[in-house]
Amino acid sequence: MAKLINLTINGVAVTVPDGTLVVDAAKKAGIDIPVFCYHPKMEPVGMCRQCLVEIGRPAIDRATGQPALNDDGTPKLQFMPKLETACTNPVSEGMVVLTATEKAKAGQKELLELLLTSHPLDCPICDKGGECPLQNLTVEYGSSQSRFIFDEKQRADKHVHLGELINLDRERCIQCARCIRFQRDVAGDPVLGFYQRGRLTDIVTYSDPGFDSVFSGNTTDICPVGALTTADFRFGARSWELKQSASLCAQCPVGCNVTFNTRREAKSGGVMAIKRVMPRQNEQVNETWICDKGRFAGYHYTEAESRLGLDAASMESALSQAADKLAAAKSDAVFLAGGRLSNEDFYNLKQLAAKLGAKAYLYSPMAGGEYTTAYGLGAGSNLGDLGKDDTVLVVASDLYNEAPVWHLRLKAAAKRGATLIVAAGRATKLDEFASFVVRYAYGDEVETVKGLAGKEKIGDAIKNAANLVVFYGSDGLGLAGTSALAAACADLLNGKTGKVNNGLVGVWNAPNTQGAYELGLAPAADLKSELKGKTVYVIAADPAGDDPALADALKSAKAVIAQDILATATTQMAAVVLPAAAYTEREGTYTTAERRVQRFYLAVPAKAGTRADFAIFAELGKKLGVELEGRSALLVMNKIAAEEKAFAGISYARLAEVTAQWPIVGRGDLYYGGTGYENKLGLGVHLALALTPAPSTSGRGGQMRPKENELVAVPVSKIYDLGVTMAPAKLLGQRIGAAAVGLNPVTAAKLNVENGGKVQVQVNGVTAEAIARFDESISTGVVLIYRSFGIPISEPTSVKIVVAEKA
Amino acid sequence: MRLVEPFLELMTGMMTTLKMLVTEKPVTVQYPEEKKAVKPRYRGRHYLTRYENGLEKCIGCALCAAACPADAIFVEASENTDEKRFSPGDRYASTYEINMLRCIYCGFCEDACPTEAIVLGDNYELSFTDRRQAVYTKEMLILPVPQGGAPTPQVTEPGKFTRSVPEMKDPVD
Repeated sequence: MAKLINLTINGVAVTVPDGTLVVDAAKKAGIDIPVFCYHPKMEPVGMCRQCLVEIGRPAIDRATGQPALNDDGTPKLQFMPKLETACTNPVSEGMVVLTATEKAKAGQKELLELLLTSHPLDCPICDKGGECPLQNLTVEYGSSQSRFIFDEKQRADKHVHLGELINLDRERCIQCARCIRFQRDVAGDPVLGFYQRGRLTDIVTYSDPGFDSVFSGNTTDICPVGALTTADFRFGARSWELKQSASLCAQCPVGCNVTFNTRREAKSGGVMAIKRVMPRQNEQVNETWICDKGRFAGYHYTEAESRLGLDAASMESALSQAADKLAAAKSDAVFLAGGRLSNEDFYNLKQLAAKLGAKAYLYSPMAGGEYTTAYGLGAGSNLGDLGKDDTVLVVASDLYNEAPVWHLRLKAAAKRGATLIVAAGRATKLDEFASFVVRYAYGDEVETVKGLAGKEKIGDAIKNAANLVVFYGSDGLGLAGTSALAAACADLLNGKTGKVNNGLVGVWNAPNTQGAYELGLAPAADLKSELKGKTVYVIAADPAGDDPALADALKSAKAVIAQDILATATTQMAAVVLPAAAYTEREGTYTTAERRVQRFYLAVPAKAGTRADFAIFAELGKKLGVELEGRSALLVMNKIAAEEKAFAGISYARLAEVTAQWPIVGRGDLYYGGTGYENKLGLGVHLALALTPAPSTSGRGGQMRPKENELVAVPVSKIYDLGVTMAPAKLLGQRIGAAAVGLNPVTAAKLNVENGGKVQVQVNGVTAEAIARFDESISTGVVLIYRSFGIPISEPTSVKIVVAEKA
Repeated sequence: MRLVEPFLELMTGMMTTLKMLVTEKPVTVQYPEEKKAVKPRYRGRHYLTRYENGLEKCIGCALCAAACPADAIFVEASENTDEKRFSPGDRYASTYEINMLRCIYCGFCEDACPTEAIVLGDNYELSFTDRRQAVYTKEMLILPVPQGGAPTPQVTEPGKFTRSVPEMKDPVD
């Protein structure tokens, strides 16, 4: 614990740790000092000069070296002749800060007058209007009149597209550099910069495509004016017209807390519609950030035209048909559920399957959950606490693409002094911030992890780590590979299980894969053979669309019942389709891969003719004579807490508990933390570790290696793909791009493939066209195939690449 | 005597009546055949105005809706393009509705409007047979295109309308 410093701000005695900045100390004492460029998550730069205050420090008598005293015995204070910036001055003992004196007020007022000399009067139509720090601080600290001449205002470009996601209005920009600093320091994607100087200073993007960062949306939150706005929300609504509803992002296993802003609108037929996604503060999960996938793709799939819905009578008959089919099949039924379901849904599904004697499988491209439940992060863990003496190992995962907010948090941990080890088959964005980068040939994942402990420096970092967190993913791996890798990674954690900030984290592809594992579901080792001749009940998954082989397997099934929110290839071939409500239209909980159970709330009313998944299971249960809770998600959670050991003690009330967080963000402090929302509806609760004995971690391995003159295709993930939950996000269309394959230039040369050239890919019995992309970091003989781009790939397999004929 | 005095008094009164009947004009207005002019600042039914070239003054900022104490106004905005321009600013009102049953004709919307687009007129003759009829849409509120102007949406040359909010002179009234 740092030394504590006593100071006085506006007569209020404040005690804060050494090194705290005056502006933060004041904020902690509830005193506002206006700022534009300072942000509590970034280093101060003192660029905007808005935080001018008077600072007095105890004078030292030069002769004695002792504090000089006034005649009455009080310490003599020395004030600087001019005002000082509160954001660049750290506190010191006996300091006296005056923020509201006439001198300080005059300084703040004049600064605002200067900032507004060329600021356009766009507030009536500006997307920031109503939640704009400049607007608010002008009302509070500024003058109602300017001494500058209106006709002499500077003019600049008002419609600059920094890429297709973020718009820049150069006239509104006050050159605080928050966006530039965020991209450079927090996101590690330095794609923005200043160009020119003085009055001509512009924000420019260096990248192609413009503003090429998956964190770009955050800059619009921290922009203290309306200079940066999102294309997604452009003129969507005025900020004061929006309602807030707390929710979670369902695009990846991080579980970022978000707030959906909703509004009733004519464009959506007079119903409530989600207008935008904003981050909601949870310092232990996503701090105040979210990635662009969550912001711009986030909920759009729940509004897609292909949403399913049935009128009441058809719904009833569909439920009866489904119940009849399940009753006929009994133990010959197979339940197949995707990771988009909530904990409540999984629980009811499991109960229903168990009563029927049917098998229930998780539909996931990645296995190893039995290890993450036993070796997962201990209760109270927080990636934000990792620092010096701690070690983080990331194996077979490109976090920037698979779970961007973890990328950002691990980067920050490395900056705080944690040893970051990145082991992957190709170069990833995290390499830049890693202490050690281990590059292996695809297929060597398990051997590599087993060999890490034996390496000199890396082995020491792992063995001597005060805290060890291991992330493992499915980069280049299928079910068997990830399962073996999870075992090898868990082996490194022996002796550390259950401790705070220690554990194994699976980088899943769905928001609640961890929850499914916690509730006892797991993927089938050989799904195709499991489906043959059975009555298959597919929920929130699209096996037929993912893989033609699975589509064939479904065709060979006795009957297919599909339950989803969107029409998919699977629902098209199903005999019975049950339309489900999207997660934005109901309550529920997700378990993040960090094993934190978090609650999402209803944002918009359910689409007509749909029902929550757990309620559909309960309805089917009623018809099949199985008693299941279907009245509300809260009651289902009560049952889970009573029956599942890991969930013991969890209730909706506990999940909604909030403790004070630092830095303060929220609607009253827009100028300070940005427009992200404060968390009023729950930080979530960590699960207890599974009490079942941990599975054996030895004797796994044996991967597919490319033989001489043979190519092996491995599945990898890209942040923006054509998956069910991504494809409806039209704004991201350009970034999603076309199907591509990654090749080593040496491999490519043998095949006469050019970088960016079209190739025919023959894999898993399918021939598809793709664009070849060179990647020098991967081993020769390996072809990277991106998941969810229409080329079926789930396991490493042999592949043929032919140069496509030019049309 | 006792009979004469009241009779005289009655006659005096009748004389006054007779005098008025001859000299004064009637004050009763024969509404609806005849209508009385309203005062210059009378606040009647609203209308949305246009510029001389036909472009709409409304930029869809919804400040009228924010100012409305009766929550009678609903605005939804969309973005202008040079190919499809409704107003000189960045955005225009794609939906503009006033519920005349809710409206209390206070004129706050007129005060809040940054472009003098919404104006309260002198029409006080509003009657409805259905609540839905009381919701006036943009088509009902907007003035016809003035002579020499073109209807909206217009195709405008790029670079002509670059301001987010058209620049306004200080209001005269």
